[in-house]
Amino acid sequence: MTTAIDKSIQRREAWDKVTGQAQYCDDLPAAGMLSARLLTSTYAHARLRSVDIAAAQALPGVECVLTGADCPQLFGPLLQDRPALARDKVRYAGEPLALVVAVDEPTAEQALRLIEVDYEPLPPLLKPAQALERGAPLLHGQGSYKKVLEDIYPEPGTNIASHYRIRKGDSQSVLQKCAVIVRQCFGLPPSGHLAMEIRTARAEITAQGQVLITTSSQSPYSVRKQLAEAFLIPAGQIQVKTPLVGGGFGGKAAVCLEILAYLASRGVGGKKVRLTLPREQDMATAPCRLGLEAEISIGADQNGLIQAAELNYYLDCGAYTDIAPYMAKAIAVDCSGPYQIANLSCDALCVYTNHTYATSFRGFSHAEQTFCLERTLDMLAQKCGDDPLQLRLKNAIGPGCTTPTQVAYSAGLIGDLPQCLEKIQPLSCWDGGGVTKIKPHTVRVKGLACFWKTANPPTDAISGAVITFNPDGSVNLNTGAVEMGSGCHTHLNQILAERLQLSPDQVHVVAAPDTQVAPEHWKTVASLTVNMAGRAVLAAADDALSQLRVNAGLALGCPDAEIEIAAGRAFSKKNPERFIPFKDIVQGYKSPAGQSLGQPVIGRGSLMLKGLSLLDPYSGSGRTGPDWSLGAQVVEVEADLRTYTYRIISASTAMDVGRAINPELMRAVIAGGMAMGVSLASRESFAYNSDGIPLKPNLRTYKLMHIGEEPDYRVDFVETPEQGSPYGVRSYSEHGIIGMPAALGNALSRAFACRLNTLPLNPERIWRAATEGDS
Amino acid sequence: MIAYDFMYMQPDTLRQARENFLRLSESGQNPVYYAGGSEIITMCRAGDIRPGAVIDIKNIDACQALSLDEDWLRLGAACTLNRIKESGLFPLLGLVCGRIADHTNQCRITLGGNLCGSIIYRETSLPLLLADAKLILYGARGRRALALKSVFDGRMRLQPDELIVEAQVPLWALNAPYYHMKKTANEKIDYPLLSVAALLYEDQLRVACSGLADRPLRSKQVEVALNRRALSPGTVAAKATALLAEQARDSVEGSAAYRLFVLENTLRSLVEDWHDEKI
Amino acid sequence: MMKKYEGKTVIKLRVNGQDHEVAARPADILLDVLRQQLGLTAAKPGCLNGDCGACTVIVDGWPIKSCLMLAVEAEGHDILTLEGLGGRAAAQKAFVAANSFQCGYCTSGFLMVCHALQNHYSELPEEYVIEEWLQANLCRCTSYQELRRAVRLMYEQTPPSGSPRDSRPPATNVFPAGKNPL
Ligand SMILES: Cc1cc2nc3c(=O)[nH]c(=O)nc-3n(C[C@H](O)[C@H](O)[C@H](O)COP(=O)(O)OP(=O)(O)OC[C@H]3O[C@@H](n4cnc5c(N)ncnc54)[C@H](O)[C@@H]3O)c2cc1C
Ligand code: FES
Ligand code: FES
Repeated sequence: MTTAIDKSIQRREAWDKVTGQAQYCDDLPAAGMLSARLLTSTYAHARLRSVDIAAAQALPGVECVLTGADCPQLFGPLLQDRPALARDKVRYAGEPLALVVAVDEPTAEQALRLIEVDYEPLPPLLKPAQALERGAPLLHGQGSYKKVLEDIYPEPGTNIASHYRIRKGDSQSVLQKCAVIVRQCFGLPPSGHLAMEIRTARAEITAQGQVLITTSSQSPYSVRKQLAEAFLIPAGQIQVKTPLVGGGFGGKAAVCLEILAYLASRGVGGKKVRLTLPREQDMATAPCRLGLEAEISIGADQNGLIQAAELNYYLDCGAYTDIAPYMAKAIAVDCSGPYQIANLSCDALCVYTNHTYATSFRGFSHAEQTFCLERTLDMLAQKCGDDPLQLRLKNAIGPGCTTPTQVAYSAGLIGDLPQCLEKIQPLSCWDGGGVTKIKPHTVRVKGLACFWKTANPPTDAISGAVITFNPDGSVNLNTGAVEMGSGCHTHLNQILAERLQLSPDQVHVVAAPDTQVAPEHWKTVASLTVNMAGRAVLAAADDALSQLRVNAGLALGCPDAEIEIAAGRAFSKKNPERFIPFKDIVQGYKSPAGQSLGQPVIGRGSLMLKGLSLLDPYSGSGRTGPDWSLGAQVVEVEADLRTYTYRIISASTAMDVGRAINPELMRAVIAGGMAMGVSLASRESFAYNSDGIPLKPNLRTYKLMHIGEEPDYRVDFVETPEQGSPYGVRSYSEHGIIGMPAALGNALSRAFACRLNTLPLNPERIWRAATEGDS
Repeated sequence: MIAYDFMYMQPDTLRQARENFLRLSESGQNPVYYAGGSEIITMCRAGDIRPGAVIDIKNIDACQALSLDEDWLRLGAACTLNRIKESGLFPLLGLVCGRIADHTNQCRITLGGNLCGSIIYRETSLPLLLADAKLILYGARGRRALALKSVFDGRMRLQPDELIVEAQVPLWALNAPYYHMKKTANEKIDYPLLSVAALLYEDQLRVACSGLADRPLRSKQVEVALNRRALSPGTVAAKATALLAEQARDSVEGSAAYRLFVLENTLRSLVEDWHDEKI
Repeated sequence: MMKKYEGKTVIKLRVNGQDHEVAARPADILLDVLRQQLGLTAAKPGCLNGDCGACTVIVDGWPIKSCLMLAVEAEGHDILTLEGLGGRAAAQKAFVAANSFQCGYCTSGFLMVCHALQNHYSELPEEYVIEEWLQANLCRCTSYQELRRAVRLMYEQTPPSGSPRDSRPPATNVFPAGKNPL
């Protein structure tokens, strides 16, 4: 019997969220704070001849105005290539180039409008293909960036920021001999995270030199690290707090605003400064979702068994790298999809352009890569005359196979794709992907896609947990994991309650991590929180249990080995009538005679990932993540063949989650991912003009799906436990998004009998593809 | 957050409003009439406009009329889109109002603001143009009544100090058969790629559209083309579309070519419905 | 008497049934005054452009985007923010029961729309009406199905009685009906 897992426990912070008591970063009182605002570039690529701040400085109420000259450091987690404020050159429209700190926001904004910038326009590079051309201008000159980690491979003299290779078998000669070959090019535009909470950060430097940052971030420990390294501040002097985060989706994993807020506070002698981006800057200035170009070739035998694949990916990382090289790596690592492809070659390049720079986005480049691969597989199925589902089933990865990086398959490690394909059929009413006419000009069609994903943390990523007890016997859980909607605090609560055999009500998760208080947790990204922090929590629970046993043994006068723990009590196995409630032993034990026995209980647990490796630079062999998750997804559309419009009727996901420790929360997060995928695939992209200037970056023009247009979302679980993770649960929170664009693309391509090879799939795109050939 | 401050006043009468407008203009304060504020606030925030004063006309009774009299439906300029829609008095206008922005914004956006705004769609003008509505304006010569089409060529042509008091719609239009179709790029809540409204008057189809060009349009020639009952819906739709080809514009929401494709489809289904007596 | 404000002035706002005096510029939007001066931070900035609905409050019974209303305009009107519901509104219970949020940033705005909807339609309105009202808001986390479900549940609740905090249920609830409440 479980006490806390396998149950649909409601989100722990639910009542705070429905009463408005939940506090997000900018909800904290701001009285007495100065306000900072950013001036951003209006050119995608230009030399800065001058930035004249004299008039802005002279405006009453302005405390300081900073430009690139005030901060020589370069930033970036992998390659240090990004200035906090542009120096000499701007590389994307929206790049910060000056920062004003003033008594209030209106004054700061007025001052911004007094700054005069003299630009000398340079030709912008707006596509990876263009940036890779011989003779293309170099966005970052020689020696202008520094490598932070070893497995980043910039190619000097080009716009290539990194390059990853997979070589398995002999793809070239096998591909040529294949009976069926499909080759296809793809081009996907950049787009945005659009978390409803706009990015915001606050900074203060105390007289003692303590740097206090409060931020809406997924990675408070990276904030500490990057500030410490760049500004040579002892890390212990930096304290980063993260209240609830109003949606992250990877976009708040990058360290960006915190640096600016720190500079702003430093510029005014350490006073408290608040920097909140208006939505327009949140979209154009802060990092976005990558664009991608790809050339895919896949060969199969007559029966549709894939023999070889050659895959070239060019990731549009924009003006700076941030985490993008690892997104290229992630594409390479999972380039085959959850299939057995013996002969495989993949090149994933991370390429600089004059777009807003990219950072992690839900799915970490998998949704984009999966679109290209799964669209091509559908073309293959069509050529072979196969049911798209059967084609995938016959090629599914299984025992005896290895991944592209040559990790051997086991169901526990990777998951069970055939079972997902089994479950998706009744869930989606799969009909072979045929076109069903329902009215003279209207058809219904289903499209399928499969996905898998492993993670790409540093090989030495860490996490930790500390548990303390309250006088009522309840527990406090302190971790560095940030709650941004994914439900990780609820899961950690369940994991701890289960191990201590308590009710979830008896566990209090510290809501807002503080780097000075909570043990370091790498970052709340990659859907790894439950795995990593969860394991630390289990270790802390075990530590606390052994201390409880000691105290209980002393209290009950029996050896600790005889002590059993359940339902908030410790009792003797031999004599279960003899028990003592937690509340009497958590702070040590005081006997009726007043004698003090034992010690107060503090549980500690920590984790460093083990067994991960860097990839071999030539073959790509190695292992980047602790486990995989995989699944199958179907989207059903109703398409109007006259107007090229469509409605999405249903979207289904069958996913191997390891163990559904909280079915409803997991369903909802997966459905949320699917919703994001459907929105992304059907209507979202950053539109740029030919000069690389984003067209109206706001929520009026950039469309997100509203209620009323959502399909019926259906989620089902496959449960193949993962050995290493708490209770067998796999990473699942990003994954709902991954196959959605591909499944939609497959459905619409069938419905309109054309090849849809770009996103978003709006009626105009389809109309063009159907009437002019490929989109 | 609006960076530059302005003065706010809330007059009770048209006269007060205009007098203050003139006085503030003379002293260089660049006043604007203010109704729902949805456009003024966003434009001030973005720094597109910088009024020194806003004159809120919502408290003026004359601008809040919403009533039927013997000949006209009177719609005060400060009536919100939601109020007009919920009144149910002019079904076509109600439909159009119900598709502008979103429901919450419809509780703020006013008829006058939509007609006078700089956002180019001004969709409420479509039903009003089709119904041969009149506008009551208030300006230098006090109140004057004018046919909408004589002061609206897709944009309101008012004197700077002039304001719309109300729109008057002839009663026939309230019961006339109608059609409205708003097409967007892909998301329902969006500016129109194309918004087409039609009203039947003495067996003739009247049609106006917004979104296609840089302003709302009602064209005689197009109506003549569409009313040729002897021809098939497909044919008349193609002819009518060709007449507007040059006016179609490109924007983030869609290209000119695609807008014309959508227009032709929409006109065809409109004429089909009309021929089939479905409107 | 014609109202007129110039420069920073003291205005009276009636919020959640209480009168407050705040110092505001005529150009201050209601959202900023609620958050910064009254500490009522349930209404959130998401776009300040009327597009996302995170800032929605109820004014005289109608949902209003407080980023597109001046604070001075709100004088003399009844303003209700999420804080004013305490924990007893049917909408709030329904949102918890239907798991209608994840990050929770959009929640206040959606709750205000739902609460206004219920005040406006005493019986469950047709689906298209629900959609029209809720289409004023954006949620980036949920699938929207949960929000639809919440509206239905909201109408199944009995009207609240007693003081706002009375009916707050115990903190931990397991979702009803098997695996999936939908
Ligand atoms: C989210 C959103 C979506 C939108 N989508 C659409 C859409 O799909 N279709 C569409 O047509 N529009 C759309 N709009 C535009 C919207 O209709 C305008 O913002 C609106 O028309 C402005 O009305 P208002 O009452 O708020 O005007 P205000 O902002 O108060 O004023 C707008 C202008 O009109 C002038 N004005 C107002 N009333 C009068 C009067 N009685 N006499 C003279 N001048 C006056 C003002 O001086 C000002 O110049 C959208 C707006 C928003 C915020
Ligand atoms: S902040 Fe008001 S609608 Fe977005
Ligand atoms: S719950 Fe995060 S935006 Fe709605």
